[in-house]
Amino acid sequence: MEDILELTIAQIRELLQKRKISSVELTNYFLERIKRFDGDISSYIKVTEEYALKMAGDADKKIADGENGQLLGIPLGIKDIYCTKGIETTCASRILKGFIPPYDATIIRRLKDEGYVHLGRLNMDEFAMGSSTETSYFGITRNPWDLERIPGGSSGGSAAAVAADECIASIGSDTGGSIRQPAALCGVVGMKPTYGRVSRFGLIAFASSLDQIGPFTKDVEDCAIMMNAIAGYDPRESTSVPLNVPDYTEFISRGIGGWKVGIPKEYFIEGIHPDIEKAMQRAITTVEGLGATCVEISLPHTEYCLAVYYIIAPAEASSNLARYDGVKYGFRPQGSIDLLDMYKKTRSAGFGAEVKRRIMIGTYALSSGYYDAYYKKASQVRALIKRDFTEAFTLCDAILTPTSPTPAFKIGEKMDDPLQMYLSDIFTISTNLAGIPGISVPCGFTKDGLPIGAQFLAGHFEEGKLIQIASAFEKYANIEKRRPAL
Amino acid sequence: MPYEPVIGLEVHAQLLTETKIFCSCSTQFGAEPNSHTCPVCMGMPGVLPVLNRKVVEYTMKMALATHCRINEACNFARKNYFYPDLPKGYQISQYAQPLSEHGYVDIELDGGKKRIGITRIHMEEDAGKLLHDEHLPSSYVDLNRTGVPLIEIVSEPDMRSTDEAVAYLKRLHEILVYLEICDGNMEEGSFRCDANVSLRPRGEMMFGTRTELKNMNSFRNVQRALDYEIKRQQCILESGQDVIQETRLWDDSKGETQSMRGKEEAHDYRYFPDPDLVPIVIDNAWTEEMKKSLPELPLEKRERFIRDYQIPPYDAGVLTSSRALAGYFEEVARLSGKPKIASNWVMGDVLRFLNEEKRDIKECPVLPGSLAEMIQLIEDGTISGKMAKDIIVEMYRTGKSPQAVIEEKGMIQITDEGTLEKTVAEVIAANPTQLAQYRGGKEKLFGYFVGQVMKATQGKANPQLINELLKEMLAKE
Repeated sequence: MEDILELTIAQIRELLQKRKISSVELTNYFLERIKRFDGDISSYIKVTEEYALKMAGDADKKIADGENGQLLGIPLGIKDIYCTKGIETTCASRILKGFIPPYDATIIRRLKDEGYVHLGRLNMDEFAMGSSTETSYFGITRNPWDLERIPGGSSGGSAAAVAADECIASIGSDTGGSIRQPAALCGVVGMKPTYGRVSRFGLIAFASSLDQIGPFTKDVEDCAIMMNAIAGYDPRESTSVPLNVPDYTEFISRGIGGWKVGIPKEYFIEGIHPDIEKAMQRAITTVEGLGATCVEISLPHTEYCLAVYYIIAPAEASSNLARYDGVKYGFRPQGSIDLLDMYKKTRSAGFGAEVKRRIMIGTYALSSGYYDAYYKKASQVRALIKRDFTEAFTLCDAILTPTSPTPAFKIGEKMDDPLQMYLSDIFTISTNLAGIPGISVPCGFTKDGLPIGAQFLAGHFEEGKLIQIASAFEKYANIEKRRPAL
Repeated sequence: MPYEPVIGLEVHAQLLTETKIFCSCSTQFGAEPNSHTCPVCMGMPGVLPVLNRKVVEYTMKMALATHCRINEACNFARKNYFYPDLPKGYQISQYAQPLSEHGYVDIELDGGKKRIGITRIHMEEDAGKLLHDEHLPSSYVDLNRTGVPLIEIVSEPDMRSTDEAVAYLKRLHEILVYLEICDGNMEEGSFRCDANVSLRPRGEMMFGTRTELKNMNSFRNVQRALDYEIKRQQCILESGQDVIQETRLWDDSKGETQSMRGKEEAHDYRYFPDPDLVPIVIDNAWTEEMKKSLPELPLEKRERFIRDYQIPPYDAGVLTSSRALAGYFEEVARLSGKPKIASNWVMGDVLRFLNEEKRDIKECPVLPGSLAEMIQLIEDGTISGKMAKDIIVEMYRTGKSPQAVIEEKGMIQITDEGTLEKTVAEVIAANPTQLAQYRGGKEKLFGYFVGQVMKATQGKANPQLINELLKEMLAKE
């Protein structure tokens, strides 16, 4: 069954429908792989074996009954940030240890409606705060391409699990690059859709105005299939947008002849890894080879993105994380003498260092007397960043940038230097601030054999364009097919 | 030195929507703890709020009824603080951009009118309730109330006495209940009031240091707490000390205010726009629609009653104190065609019966049609006013029509002159002493004879006829 490794959702779906393989067999195959390889990688916080096999059994029955969900019988891994009824959901934090949601996130409901199989909960940075999956309370996740290195973050578990074939595809979340950056560092496809395209209901909030949900897949076609399953209006989210969702698979193989692709000059800065710079040059050539024209564009407020992000995201987080107080669910230490003591003990012991750092930054930024100088100013600059993109998209159909300035770095390398860590997301953060969609696709390897990702960006609700350009790129870039040696 | 109090009030009114402001749980009061909750109002991880449109509409009604300007766009903000009755760790409220601003209501005191400014009216969610164990050091959290919609009505510091403050509060209460957007129940907490009070030397323009008073759950307590606090601050100022800016709680049993927290301990709520909710845009069409849905408000109604029904201002005030009572009265007035008389019966007998039993006009067993019929029976002389006083008691007791009561009791008025003449003659004959005195000039005794005739006829005689006959018969030898 080794060839299952090579297969995409599209291919496996056909095997399932033709009864060449059952969902239970498939699920057992991945459960076996997880047992074999996840000891080294640790992409899963928890494998829900029994639950998975039950879902697989149900899927097989449905297949026998002639039903045909888009993900019927497909084993997926889920970032541990989506409330799932009856399944412990922790956000990789001690403070939510033992929390079993009484309800399903909209995305989980949609996946269930499509007949997916829930393999387990994927590791992440605590509350999605990080770029390396080193801040999880449940331990670090390692990059399948080099176990000494991080897989990126915060959705590191989701990226590593797909790269290591511990699931066919997975779901992650992206607040400042948390899908695209680990996708690049693990050599898989990762998409952050437009803000408002995929429902956030049931996604445990980090920064509400930036959080989006998206898939990790082996190729762009699978990304389109996953998007078809998860995108769409949700009346339970006020910021969800009631727009029709196209069939994203129709954008595969359309080609990009005559397109203009913007290359933002501000994104080709000093400090980019030389191998990534070379890969980007090759990417530009590939895009032009596809009949598109690459044009230099400017996103003049790029230099403020990181500063704006590190005010808005922590400010929202400081409020979003206030509910973890030990009163209702999750972790509460024993032996508190009064209410204030209980709050202090719960939050001191329940949250990790990075989460506390961001709560403090956010609390400060919102404090009386500082609000105007920080949060308000940041919101104003954010509007300018958004305008940069609106103007840029009058000149081009899509934008091409590197996903990350560096390939996967060593475990521990940036843990003591938060600023260096924050720079990992320098090319991905603006997308979230503007609310536009972005996709990272593999575009080669460094000399040391580490994957490199290219990022494409498009205007609001133009995920179809991203599928179109990314699938064309994938087909013609002639990226060497490699698998991580496990 | 004579001091002048400066008072501003913050009123919280629970709205009578069926469901909560951001989820579809019931707002019903008094249910089993935590039975009206869902992941959204319990503040579970990952949940998101969706605004109940009715809340916006009810708030718009109050804003329009108090002459506020409705902002074309407003938004929700998060008010961040930790407390176990606040499951999200923040309250969704409005801050920089409230739904409405710059309104007023008029109050009346000792015949004079005064306009009290309203700074703003905004929407927010209520918090839950804590129940403290009497024996164990434990507390229990009930989240049924969490997410029940509230409006906060903030006044300008325009009130200069406790009486003005109470009059303002009663006016707001009346309007809210009239609009049928709040039940106004202060004991159950659906109408709550906090007060800001300061004193300044009379004639001084600058405000003094204020204290904020909380926990006053009746009009009487608002009155008592304000009176107490004004005296307390006066004593401090007169002794040459400074009032400390702080929040004070009214202790009903002790009849005093006590310090709860000082300025230093005041929360920094770190307000910021709630990213989970989108701005609310209110266009003219929506505002117009709400304007059309407004009922006649108490003040307008009262003026109309005085003008159209020619009833005294006091009576008009009582009759318009609730929409149901005003409606009851108007129905009686219309059916009887005698508004002034209708007013007397409603104000007098009907309200007295109801008040004795603490019943609402909506539960009144005497239907407006019955009361109007009774008034007509008096008018056409079928019964006397005095008989009616007994009949209405029976009508109230049994819910029967006046005709039915009269028939059962055989209470038809004696209007036959011949019959009555005979009785009058008998009465005169039976009271020779009084007759002599009367004729000797003691005219007051006329009433005595009327009473005797009434007694003899068991009150059924037509009083006018008795008068005429007595005058005639007492005069002649």
